[in-house]
Amino acid sequence: MGRKLLTEHINVEGIHTLDVYRKHGGYRSVEKALKTMTPDEVVEEVKKSGLRGRGGAGFPTGLKWSFLAKPEGVPRYLVCNADESEPGTFKDRQLMSKLPHLLIEGMITGSYALGANTSYIYIRGELLYVLRILEKAIAEAYAAGFLGKNILGSGYDLDLYVHPGGGAYICGEETALLESLEGKRGNPRNKPPFPAVQGLYARPTVVNNVESIAAVPVIVNEGGDEYAKIGVGKSTGTKLFSACGHLNKPGIYEIELGLPVEEFIYSDEYCGGIWKGRDLKAVVAGGSSVPILPKELILKTATGEDRLMTYESLSDGGFVTGTMLGSGGFIAMDETTNIVRNTWNFSRFYHHESCGQCSPCREGTGWLEKVLHRLVHGHGQMQDIDLLVSVAKQIEGNTICPLGEAAAWPVAAAVRHFRDEFEWHVTHPQEATKPGAIFPGKLVTA
Amino acid sequence: MESTALKPQFSEAAKAEIERICKQYPDDRRKSAMLPVLHIAQAEFGGWVSPEVQDLVADVLGIKPIEVYEVSSFYTMFNLKPVGKHVLEICRTGPCMLRGSDELTAHLERITGAKVGGPASEDGLFTLKEVECLAACGFAPIVQVREQYYEQLDTPEAVDAMLAELRNQVHRPALPWEENGLPNALANN
Repeated sequence: MGRKLLTEHINVEGIHTLDVYRKHGGYRSVEKALKTMTPDEVVEEVKKSGLRGRGGAGFPTGLKWSFLAKPEGVPRYLVCNADESEPGTFKDRQLMSKLPHLLIEGMITGSYALGANTSYIYIRGELLYVLRILEKAIAEAYAAGFLGKNILGSGYDLDLYVHPGGGAYICGEETALLESLEGKRGNPRNKPPFPAVQGLYARPTVVNNVESIAAVPVIVNEGGDEYAKIGVGKSTGTKLFSACGHLNKPGIYEIELGLPVEEFIYSDEYCGGIWKGRDLKAVVAGGSSVPILPKELILKTATGEDRLMTYESLSDGGFVTGTMLGSGGFIAMDETTNIVRNTWNFSRFYHHESCGQCSPCREGTGWLEKVLHRLVHGHGQMQDIDLLVSVAKQIEGNTICPLGEAAAWPVAAAVRHFRDEFEWHVTHPQEATKPGAIFPGKLVTA
Repeated sequence: MESTALKPQFSEAAKAEIERICKQYPDDRRKSAMLPVLHIAQAEFGGWVSPEVQDLVADVLGIKPIEVYEVSSFYTMFNLKPVGKHVLEICRTGPCMLRGSDELTAHLERITGAKVGGPASEDGLFTLKEVECLAACGFAPIVQVREQYYEQLDTPEAVDAMLAELRNQVHRPALPWEENGLPNALANN
């Protein structure tokens, strides 16, 4: 059983209150950082930890922090990205609603490291009930002297606020998030300038995912080197995986990076295998934006190695035979799943969520949805399958933000690995469009 | 002369909450409170934001109405048409579909008589709305009603329990700044 650095106490009665959280070692990192460390020393520990952004991109958090511009007399901000909206991902919601003080502690220690005196948690609007939980916990933290003026007598001041979104996946993109926090539509900004130079209110800003910030307390308490001992290679520490789809035990699992995918799916300690005694057909391992892999390729790499839950192993083989760790949204699909229908569902999602700013994305996601819709409903033609690949290619790399890629990759991967199932929808439209129809061909074409 | 009789006004409690929220941003950045204030407006005025309510939001924030319209139409949580007493937001995205959200939607349409994307049910109780991923995929299928998540709605019993609870709600649950929940507005469509 692996170590749980974030969620060890998640089921302790009353852990959402400051008193109980303190009894289990809470706020130690604030005391340690503010009383015994300089801000730069905190940044250094986070760098040493090898922590990589847990929102999806996997960019090293310490490095991101070190890019923050620090012009004299200009306020800077730490903004927590709690706009969790990537289909398949539901870890931050659990973390914030059950352990609100863990995020608040990470925000205080992180804000101190960055020299921010005002920080925001941007939470998706659907989670207003979690915003209420966070605001209660923040009030407790103010009352206990962990927030406000002269925290713990250190001379450091911090105000922390929670800001709700309004229902828009795109606001998980950091510059769209900042626009939204300024009270505007969530249109991603052109980069450069990057937020580290011109972010919120055109001031230097760091935007980090909830889980990344929640990892800061343990890194400060135990030291970056200790944290980096967990995991494999450049995939250090623990990661929360949101397991969903056709699993016996869907839920949130904190694992040490390096766990074999097969163990994660089939072990009773984790997902407990595929529901209803069925066989596994495919997995989307890192949220809906990453390439889907058939059973054989998610369990083993193309060279026959065990696939591990690390950034490197999941991407082994590139997009030809690999995928990405992404946000850790782990969607398992059993043998009855209609891959074409599932791909259409995801395309509809991206079309719906495209902000409309860039033509390749606005129009391209619409075309992907439309062509997939006709395939799903038995009106597709053979050339539609290559048309999907062509449209996906024309979106990729031609947009301001990565929503374009996020829409294109899953379609390209589905065609790559399940082409015969797409063809079946063209050659056997009546059969394929019956409710509950199951593709009779072999499961894997890779 | 312009009539003021029909102009909506925030309650005193809501006004105080809006002022508390506006203080979270720099003085010259009051517009930042747009989304939180739109949420309050929707809760105050029967679950949707009419053009008049959006004008009020613009007034309160000291900005032009168009700045509110362009935002309210961008974000999916704001209802721009009248709704029933309870808006059932059914997640339709992949992980929920894998666990039966299509069947759930069809079932809800059958028992409420409302249609997704259409007007409220004839009794004015329910509006059905399909939404994208609600970040609760491990507990699929899911429906959100205001701030409440109803999870694992994969049996008729679970759905019945949710609907029974909602039918018994005369007032919507009180928000932190309110003493009591407001009466649920009756659908007027």
